[in-house]
Amino acid sequence: MVSTQLNTKQMIAARVAKEMNDGDVVNLGIGLPTMVPSFLPPGVNVILQSENGYIGLGPLEGDVDPDLVNAGGQPASILPGGAFFDSLFSFELIRGGHIDVTVLGGLEVDEKGNLANWMVPGKMVPGMGGAMDLVTGAKKVIVAMEHTAKSGSSKVLEQCRLPLTGKGVVDLIVTELAVFRVTEDGLILEELQDGVDLKTVEEKTEAFFKINPAILVK
Amino acid sequence: MNKIITKEEVSSIFKDGMTIMAGGFMGVGTPQGLVSALLEAKVKNITLIANDTAFIETGVGPLISNKVVKKVIASHIGTNPETGRQMIAGELDVELVPQGTLAERVRAGGAGLGGVLTPTGIGTVVEEGKVKIAVDGREYILEKPLRASVSLLKAYKADKAGNLIYHRSARNFNPMMALAADTVIAQVEQVVEIGEIDPDEVITPGILVDKIYVHGGC
Repeated sequence: MVSTQLNTKQMIAARVAKEMNDGDVVNLGIGLPTMVPSFLPPGVNVILQSENGYIGLGPLEGDVDPDLVNAGGQPASILPGGAFFDSLFSFELIRGGHIDVTVLGGLEVDEKGNLANWMVPGKMVPGMGGAMDLVTGAKKVIVAMEHTAKSGSSKVLEQCRLPLTGKGVVDLIVTELAVFRVTEDGLILEELQDGVDLKTVEEKTEAFFKINPAILVK
Repeated sequence: MNKIITKEEVSSIFKDGMTIMAGGFMGVGTPQGLVSALLEAKVKNITLIANDTAFIETGVGPLISNKVVKKVIASHIGTNPETGRQMIAGELDVELVPQGTLAERVRAGGAGLGGVLTPTGIGTVVEEGKVKIAVDGREYILEKPLRASVSLLKAYKADKAGNLIYHRSARNFNPMMALAADTVIAQVEQVVEIGEIDPDEVITPGILVDKIYVHGGC
């Protein structure tokens, strides 16, 4: 797969896939994050957890079983070695630190690792579903999102304006322009995506960030 | 004791103003026949506890569209536009609860606990108006138990004693709701004789199930 053929979302998913280690237990949010498995490097296999009650989530194969859906309610399968359980146990896994990585979309992320992705007051109030538990309990929280909103405004902010999903919970931000790591000292720009220059990232990022010197050498 | 009842007998159980729990995740694992019996009971001002409000025509969604519900406690309402419309119009009271917290609150209600301490929601609107308790330096929200007059479960198979086996991801919230209501009604696809279900395979013990309603398919 040549990177120039990837669209924006695929580019983000492909970069997120590089964060996975073989054997990781992973929970993927709805939308873009579900594209991550198709970009996993050779030799890296992850076990997907589905918040509605199982590990071993796989793509739909064969006939649809109305009792077997993913967290988005879409028909799915369970892979050999998987296991079903109830919602209580599912969230014990999530909250209790048994999920290695969660990948979620974002409406806003800020310098302190705060994430907002569950409501826009007066416009969209779908509810938080399992997102607040995931960002609280997963060992590593990756936000995979487009760098700017449709209006062009930055989604990587000095401070989130929307109601938070979690406070200080994000570890890594992956967009089609860049990769930021969240540290106690704020954001560090770790990578530029292929063909993106530093000036573009600076223009499209409201948040203050430090730059990993390795980027400047490159 | 015969636990098997007809749809009319199910309908006669419901009363105006009751609190009712229903299993399901976007309609999967929701007892559609019991929802239909509740609609036919023509009751109103119900408080509904469920993970989500599913879709307009499936899951617990029809209870919303038909104005049976005055308050819903759920983690997600985004897939049923009627829930959002009634909420914004002031016709429906919606309490949004993180999914893992909802499962724990139901568990607490059925397990004789005074609540649970969870880190989920710290630093968000979820903590507003709630008691916060620090344990060993970490902050938790005290989330209170939930109970109902009636729980509506969906299982795959029951024996005549009410022992239940679930199918695939349709288990979700059903097992914990079996403990958290005064009257527990399970909709099942098939009923077998006592002794035909291996006790090792029982997920919900029959002592928790008051009534069984047989309803083919989902």
